[in-house]
Amino acid sequence: MYHKEKSIQIKNSASALYNNLSVLRIAPRRLTYFTVVHANVVNMVSASWDGLNYSHRQLQSKEPNVATSTSLIMQVAFCVLPSRDLLVVTSQKGIQIYESDGSIMVYWHALDTSDAPTAQAVFARGISAVWDNYICVGVSSGAILVFDVPSKGSNITLSEVLEEHKEPITDIASECSGSQECIADLVSADDGGNLCVWKSGKEFQLLNKIPGFDMSCSSVKLWKGIVVAGYGTGQIHLFEAVTGILHAEVNAHARWIYSLDIAPFSGLLLSAAEDSLVRVWHLTVTPETNSVEVAHLHNECVTDTQICGAKFCDGDGYAFAVTGYDLSEIIRYTQL
Amino acid sequence: MSSRTLPLLFINLGGEMLYILAQRLRAQNTPADKAKKVMNDIITTMFNKKFLEELFKPQELYSKKALRTVFDRLAHASIMRLNQASMDKLYDLMTMAFKYQVLLCPRPKDILLVSFNHMDAIKDFVKDTPNILSQVDETYQQLVEMYTPLSSGEFQLIRQTLLIFFQDMHIRVSIFLKDKVQNSNGRFVLPTCGPVPHGTQVPGLIRLFSCTGEEVTRLQFNNGGNYTAALREGSFETFGDRVTKLGTNMYSVSRPVETHMSGTSKNSAQHTKINTAPNPLAKEELNLLAKLMGGLEIQKLGNADSGFRVNLFATDEEEEEALITRPDELSYGVINIQATKDQQANAELAKIMGEFTESGDQSPSASSKGDDLLAMMDGL
Repeated sequence: MYHKEKSIQIKNSASALYNNLSVLRIAPRRLTYFTVVHANVVNMVSASWDGLNYSHRQLQSKEPNVATSTSLIMQVAFCVLPSRDLLVVTSQKGIQIYESDGSIMVYWHALDTSDAPTAQAVFARGISAVWDNYICVGVSSGAILVFDVPSKGSNITLSEVLEEHKEPITDIASECSGSQECIADLVSADDGGNLCVWKSGKEFQLLNKIPGFDMSCSSVKLWKGIVVAGYGTGQIHLFEAVTGILHAEVNAHARWIYSLDIAPFSGLLLSAAEDSLVRVWHLTVTPETNSVEVAHLHNECVTDTQICGAKFCDGDGYAFAVTGYDLSEIIRYTQL
Repeated sequence: MSSRTLPLLFINLGGEMLYILAQRLRAQNTPADKAKKVMNDIITTMFNKKFLEELFKPQELYSKKALRTVFDRLAHASIMRLNQASMDKLYDLMTMAFKYQVLLCPRPKDILLVSFNHMDAIKDFVKDTPNILSQVDETYQQLVEMYTPLSSGEFQLIRQTLLIFFQDMHIRVSIFLKDKVQNSNGRFVLPTCGPVPHGTQVPGLIRLFSCTGEEVTRLQFNNGGNYTAALREGSFETFGDRVTKLGTNMYSVSRPVETHMSGTSKNSAQHTKINTAPNPLAKEELNLLAKLMGGLEIQKLGNADSGFRVNLFATDEEEEEALITRPDELSYGVINIQATKDQQANAELAKIMGEFTESGDQSPSASSKGDDLLAMMDGL
């Protein structure tokens, strides 16, 4: 179904972090941006569609206080809003927001470390754009920071702090089907496997809470009102977001799942785990009968590699890219 | 990232070090009493009460350089002496072994079982020496108290922190190559077969449910591997069957310890920016642990005449050769305090080191001591 293409070399190897690959397709310029985290550095590659031009850039997590130890980056993600695209970097010290090409930092938010108990790690993780003008970022305390983003300029403000989760946030995702009918437009996941479903707005509304089973949910997606959640046990669960009804349970991987992605136009699902496997599935959601179907389509094995990031490169799922721990390349696959 | 990583890193690396030293002492036909003394001295230093108190405090992981300094001190906490090349090789083996164990752990929580395997072996080394044994037993308690309540997500964070520490290390280890657990490019083999972790199901099943919760369809798919059901869970108590073999002693008299330096240079060509970025406060990394370790070592200097050398290589020539041909990017850049250089500096240093001995019972205020030490290092 897919075959391997030429890999893109990156300057450093990928670190073992959840969802460690972000992709931004820029159709008007026939370019795709990829970002991969290596410890305290973001490796950005801009690849032209004809495969002839690659340019690299590196971003470091900047500290206001040089003397302190380096701040490790937990996650990097592109946030696509109607008016602009931004790049969000979350680390142990705070949140940085850049223009999507990484050229200028437009905003910096420092994490408040004062009231955390000393043994608890402090970091930001979990990034998603939602609706027209919000970017949500999760924190290790379980809080979700909601930033209001103007259509241009750096006047980004913290609009709200959502305090529903009690465990560190692992991933956040917004409804990606483009459908206006979905009530829920955001889902957040934490280290206990708990999921919160939200409706965005001036004040975010909690629509539902789906309890976990004491196992970390490392990656989550929301499509056509269905939450797709990947867990440390290697299982994938599909829930109806607003009601919490479990529609499907898949024994998908033999190790911890590190990344999920959905191609919204075709309903293809990508899952990747520490077991070296990337799997492609097909989701069918039929609202009339309130049914969800999952079919397995394809496996790719990245030999001797614990995969940490996997993303579709386009909305149809025609191509996808993969990163692995200790691997200094982005591996690409396209449909035959 | 996780502030609970250091104790596990130290105990597991220390355990590997003991396995390797025990094998080399045997291979060199060291008299039994001397070998035992070396092992006991190192284990006593490793489990020194004050040292462990500092180790178990929540803190960020040390840099590779700082941790290497701690182990240099530990290796020399006895009458044994190691040349630079042997110490480098020892450290290579220790770190690659633990990297292998961390990567191959089926679940992040299993790192604790690996740690218990090392602890069990250490306990066995000192089973005839009651006072050291009690120190080891206390450490078991601390491990159980600190780690058994952690969630799966917290263990994964510890694992991710360790993997960042081990990033880009691909030194080839002869015993791993022979056992086919490491490829010739230095990367470990990750099999897509065998038992799944405890708590995981064998992949291959899709279950679809109706709105009322009834299962309506079951579908099978090809999982691309050859997996079997999970084994029983290992014991997380101070004793018991750990089930996993990771962290047990893989060396024996017939399986010598060797590393290959050639062929690793091209893989480690892209070294990370973290280690090479100039850090104006790099000397501050001569951290409390290394100081404590050094303080304990100074006590032993009186026995220097009964010291003997241990070689990690088969011959002295090989050891010399290894030192010369070691690729630059693999050098650890150990911070050395040459305490003998200056009379005044020596006295100051000895005074500060003296504060950390067992007999002294004051807890030093780190900042002023740190300043003194830093000032002195600038003068060396």
